Amino acid sequence: MNDTVRAYLDAHSGAAAGLPGGAIPWVRQVREQGLARFSEVGFPTTRDEDWKYTSLRAIEKHRFIPAPDRPSGLTSGDLTALDIPGLDAHRCVFVNGRFAPALSSLDRLPAGLTVTGLADALNERADELEPQLGRLTPHNPNGLIALNSAFLADGAYVRVARGCAVDRPLELVYLVHANGQALALHPRSLIIVEPGAEAVILERYISTGDGDRYLNNTTTEILVMESARVDYYKLQDESPKAYHFGGLFVHQDSDTVVSTNNIAVGGSLARTDLAVSFNAPGAHSTLNGLYIGTGRQHLDNHTQVDHRFPECVSDEFYKGILDVRARGVFHGRIVVHQDAQRTEAQQQNKNLLLSRQAEVDTKPQLEIYADDVKCSHGATVGQLDANAVFYLRSRAVAESIARSLLTYAFANDVINRFALAPIRQQLEQHLAAKLLPADQGEVGM
Amino acid sequence: MLSIKNLHADVDNKSILKGVDLEVKAGEVHAIMGPNGSGKSTLANVLAGREGYQITQGEVTYNGHDLLDLSVEDRAREGIFLAFQYPVEIPGVSNLYLLKAAVNSIRKYRGLDEMPAVEFMKLIRDKAKLVDMKPEFLQRSVNEGFSGGEKKRNEILQMAVLEPALAVLDETDSGLDIDALKIVAGGVNALRHEERAIIVVTHYQRLLDYVVPDYVHVLADGRVIRTGDKSLALELERHGYTEMSEAAASAIEARAVS
Amino acid sequence: MGSSANEIDHLVKREYKEGFVTDIESETLPPGLSEDVVRIISTKKNEPEFMQDWRLSAYRNWLKMREPKWASVHYSAIDYQAISYFSAPKQQAGPQSLDEVDPKLLETYEKLGIPLEEQKVLAGVAVDAVFDSVSVKTTFTDKLAEAGVIFCSISEALQMHPELVRQYLGSVVPAGDNFYAALNSAVFSDGSFVYVPKGVRCPMELSTYFRINAMNTGQFERTLIIADEGSYVSYLEGCTAPMRDENQLHAAVVELIAMKDAEIKYSTVQNWYPGDEEGRGGIYNFVTKRGVCRGSNAKISWTQVETGSAITWKYPSVLLEGDNSVGEFYSVALTNNRQQADTGTKMVHIGNNTSSTIVSKGISAGHGQNAYRGLVKVLKGADRARNYSQCDSLLMGDRCGAHTFPYLEVKNPTAQVEHEATTSKIGEDQLYYCRQRGLSEEDAVSMIVNGFCKQVFRELPMEFAVEAQKLLDVSLEGAVG
Repeated sequence: MNDTVRAYLDAHSGAAAGLPGGAIPWVRQVREQGLARFSEVGFPTTRDEDWKYTSLRAIEKHRFIPAPDRPSGLTSGDLTALDIPGLDAHRCVFVNGRFAPALSSLDRLPAGLTVTGLADALNERADELEPQLGRLTPHNPNGLIALNSAFLADGAYVRVARGCAVDRPLELVYLVHANGQALALHPRSLIIVEPGAEAVILERYISTGDGDRYLNNTTTEILVMESARVDYYKLQDESPKAYHFGGLFVHQDSDTVVSTNNIAVGGSLARTDLAVSFNAPGAHSTLNGLYIGTGRQHLDNHTQVDHRFPECVSDEFYKGILDVRARGVFHGRIVVHQDAQRTEAQQQNKNLLLSRQAEVDTKPQLEIYADDVKCSHGATVGQLDANAVFYLRSRAVAESIARSLLTYAFANDVINRFALAPIRQQLEQHLAAKLLPADQGEVGM
Repeated sequence: MLSIKNLHADVDNKSILKGVDLEVKAGEVHAIMGPNGSGKSTLANVLAGREGYQITQGEVTYNGHDLLDLSVEDRAREGIFLAFQYPVEIPGVSNLYLLKAAVNSIRKYRGLDEMPAVEFMKLIRDKAKLVDMKPEFLQRSVNEGFSGGEKKRNEILQMAVLEPALAVLDETDSGLDIDALKIVAGGVNALRHEERAIIVVTHYQRLLDYVVPDYVHVLADGRVIRTGDKSLALELERHGYTEMSEAAASAIEARAVS
Repeated sequence: MGSSANEIDHLVKREYKEGFVTDIESETLPPGLSEDVVRIISTKKNEPEFMQDWRLSAYRNWLKMREPKWASVHYSAIDYQAISYFSAPKQQAGPQSLDEVDPKLLETYEKLGIPLEEQKVLAGVAVDAVFDSVSVKTTFTDKLAEAGVIFCSISEALQMHPELVRQYLGSVVPAGDNFYAALNSAVFSDGSFVYVPKGVRCPMELSTYFRINAMNTGQFERTLIIADEGSYVSYLEGCTAPMRDENQLHAAVVELIAMKDAEIKYSTVQNWYPGDEEGRGGIYNFVTKRGVCRGSNAKISWTQVETGSAITWKYPSVLLEGDNSVGEFYSVALTNNRQQADTGTKMVHIGNNTSSTIVSKGISAGHGQNAYRGLVKVLKGADRARNYSQCDSLLMGDRCGAHTFPYLEVKNPTAQVEHEATTSKIGEDQLYYCRQRGLSEEDAVSMIVNGFCKQVFRELPMEFAVEAQKLLDVSLEGAVG
C-alpha cells in the first residue's frame, strides 16, 4: 500500500463514524466493501489495460482534503449565471457533494416523482434504497468507484413511480465551490425509474471557480425497470484544473428504451466509465457521446455494453474534437454473452484532430459469444477536409471561420442526436466560444 | 408434373397458405397472381423447400413422388428452379464458380461426370447471350453490386444453364424497367419447352404481355380463388384484386350456406 | 435454427492428414533449460562466439520476464523445464547432396506434398525443409546463387556469412522484445536466412517448410530476410506437426528488413496440429514476426492463413520508417473445436506519407475463439499517414466467439486512420440460395466461406491459394452450425 492510498484510508477512518446511515448494517457493508477493494487495488495504473492511456499520477501527487460539511453561503442568485438558457427543469442542487435544498427548485414536482438528497434518504427511508444502492456497480470495481463507495454519503436520490411521465426535465446540478481548496468529493446518486415511467434526466458537473483544482469522483447508479423510458444527459463542464472521474451504471430491464448522452468539455483530466447492462430481453439503448478538448485537457470515455439477454439493440456513437495539446481517449467495449441471440450492436467513434500537438487513442472492441448477431464497429481519426476549407475560403469565408464551421459540422451529427434542445444550443455556443478564434491549428500546412 | 392438393402452410404459427390446389403439366406456363400478402412468395418458397415453413396439411407430388420429403438441394437436382424475388449477394464467389458448382452437383446427382471445362465455358457463353449479359459479369461476385435488372437477368441466366424441368419465377418482373423486362421475358420464352413447366408468380399482369401464360390463377388469402386463361389477367388489371376477392368471398360463403 | 444447424454440425468432423509421426533416430537433448543448454546448442552448431554471448544475454533477460497475459487465450501453465530444446535427426550436419539425406526424411516431405528433389518441385519454388531443430535440405541454392541471392538455413548463414547475421539479427526484434522472443533468441536452433542483393528480383519463390516431429520438444526457429535496395522477394512458409495428446510449443521469430525501394512479400499457411475435438493436444504457436521498411518506398506485405494450432498468438508487424513506405497485413484465421487464436498486426507509422492496409477475416466454429488484435500507431513526426483496416468475423455455431480489439493511437493531425469491423453469422439466405441451385450444404458453406476470404487468398501466390482454400475446407469439416 502506498502513501497516497494510506492518506485516503486515514481520511476515511476520521470521517466514517459521521457518515449518514452509519448505523445501518447494509450501508456500512457497502462502504466497507468499497474501502477493502480500494485498499487492495489502489488507484488504477497505466499497466492496467483499461487505463493504458490515462495516467493518474497527477492525482496521486496531490493531497486532497475531504469537502467540509458546512453551508457554502451561496445564494440562488449566485447560480443564475450557471443556468442553461431555455431549460425549464425541476432543479436539484448539490454543493460540494451535499444536497442544498435552499438552492434547489423542487416545488413543482409532479406526483410520482421523488427527488431528495441521498443522505436524507438514508436517514429517513434506507429500506427503500437497499435493493439497489451499491448493487448496480460492478462486483470488482476499479479503485475510484470503490473509493466512492467507501465515502458514500450524499448525492441525489431519484425515484420515478410506476407509469409516471415526468412533465419536465430533472436537472441535477453538482456544483463544486472550492474557494481555492483542493477538495476531494465523492458524490453518489441513485436513480430508479419504475415500470412504464418516463423521464428526462440531466446531470451537470460544474464549479464556481475557474482556477480550482479538486478531485470530483462521482458515481451514479440508474435502474430502468420494465418498459420505462429514460433520456439521460451528463454534461461535464468542471473547472479547467479539475480532475473528474465519473462512474455511470445503467441497468435496463425488458422493453426499456434508454439513451445516454455523455458530453465532456471541462476538467483537466476527466474520465467517464459508462456501463450499460441489459438484464432482460428486448431492451434498446442509445449511447451518444461528444468530447471537446483544448489546452492540455485529457478526456477519456470508457463505455461497456453488456448484451446478456436476447433481442436487445445497442447503438453507440461517440465523437471527439481535440485541439491545441488535448488528448482524447475512447474505449468502447461491446460484449454479446452466450445465448444473447438476435443481438444488434453498433458502435462508431470518430475523432477530429485540429492541432499538431493534439492526439487521440481509440480502442473500440467487440467481444461476441453468440452467433445470431449483427454487430459492427468503426473508428476513424482524421482532420478537416482541406478541400472543404479551400472551397469555403474561395467563397470569401475567413479561414478561421471556415475551420470552425467545418468543425461544427463534424460535431453536428452527434449533437443532433441529443433530443433536449437547450443542450444542443449550449453546445453550439460552447463550440463557437472555444473554436471560433481557432488560429493555432496548423493542420495541412 | 406437379400436383398440389389442399396445401396449408404456416410461418411462425401464422397461417399463410390455407388450402392451395394446383395442377401443372409439362409444357405449360402458369401465372399465379395475387395481392401482397396473399401467399404467392410463400408458395414459391414452399415448392423450393425453404426452411421456416410448417406444412400443416395437404400434399405436393412432383413427377409422382412426394416433393415435401426432399431437401432444398435435392429438389434443385430433381429439376426445380426458383428464380428469387430478391437474389442473394455472395461476396467473393464469382458467378462462374457458382454456376460450375451447381451444374456439376446436379450432374453428379444424375450419375454424370463433371462437365469438361471447355464445354462448360461454351455453354455459359451461349446462355449469357440469351439474357444479353456481358462476359465480364461472369467473373464478378454473385449479384454483388448488381443493379435490380442485372440481378434478375442473372437469375434467368442460371435458369437457362441449369435447364430445370419446373421453373418457378418469383416476382421476376418487380423493379424492372421496360427494356430489362423485355430481356427477361425473352429469356423465359426461349426456355419454353414441351418438357418444361413454368410457374410465373407476379403481382402485375405487365410481364404476362410478354410471357403469355396458358393458365392464370388468382391467389387471395392463401387460396386459389379463380382460375382462367390469360384474359383473367386483363380482367384483374381492370377491376383490381379487392373486387375479385370480395366476389370470391361471397361465392365461398354461398357455398358454405348451401 | 433447426435442421440446418444439425446438418451443418455434422460437417465438422476434422481429419488432420498431416498428423503422422516419422520413425527416425534423433539426437534429442533431455528436457530442461539452463545456461548450459544454451551453450550446448550454440556449440553443437559451431557458432561464432558473438552468437553464444547473444544467446546467453537473451536467456538471462528471459529469466527476468513474465509470460504475457493480455491476449484473450486460456491455457494451463507451461513447464519450460519439461521441454526439450534441441532435437535433430541423426545424420551428418552441414550442407549435403540429396542422396545423403535420410530417405525417411525425404519420404516425410514427399508425404506432406513437399518433394525435395528439384525436378519434382513446383517450378519456380525453392524450399528449405526444417525438421524439428534443424534444416535438412535447401533446394535450388545454386540457381539462386547465380542471381546473388543467399538462401540457406540460418545455421549455415552463421558459418558462411556471420557478418550479415551479426548486422541484422535482433535488429528488428531485439532479444528482449517479449517473453517468447527472448526465449527464442536464447535457444533458437534453425530457420531460414535470405539475403537479396541490391537491384535483384529474386528469380523464384522461396519457401520454408517447418515440421515438428519429436515428442516433448519445442520448435524455436528463427528467420531473417534482408532485401537490399531495389530488390524483391516473395517468401512462403508452411508448417505441420504430428497428432499428439500433449501440447507442444512453437515460439518462432521472423525478422524482415526492406531497404529503400525493396519489397518483401511474406506468406504463411499455418497448419500445425490443432488438437482434437476436446481440445487435447495441439501446438501452442507463440510467434513474433516483425518487418521494418528501412528506406523510402519500401514495402512489406504479410499474408497469413492460420487454420492450425491449439493456440495462435502472433502479430506480424511493420515498422514504417522510410518515407512513402507501405505495410500490408492480410489474414484469414479459422478456429474450430477448442482452438483459440489471438492474432492481428501492428503498423507503426514513423516516416512521412506512409500507408498501411489491414484486412482480417476471422472464422469461428465449434467452441473456437478468434480474436483480432491490431495496433495502428502514428507517431508525431509521421505526416500524412494513411491506414485502412477492415476486420470481418463469421460465426458458425452458438458456442464459438469472435472478438475485435483494434487500437488506434494517433499523434499527428495529418493522419487518416479508419477501422471498420463487422461480425455476423453465415448467411442463411446465401445457404438457401446456393442449395436451391443444387449445391450440398457442405459445398454451399465452403463456397461462402471461401468467398468471405477471397480478399486475402488473392494475395497468396497461386499454388498456396489453392492449398489454403483446400485447407479451409478440411478445417471446417464438421464445424458448421
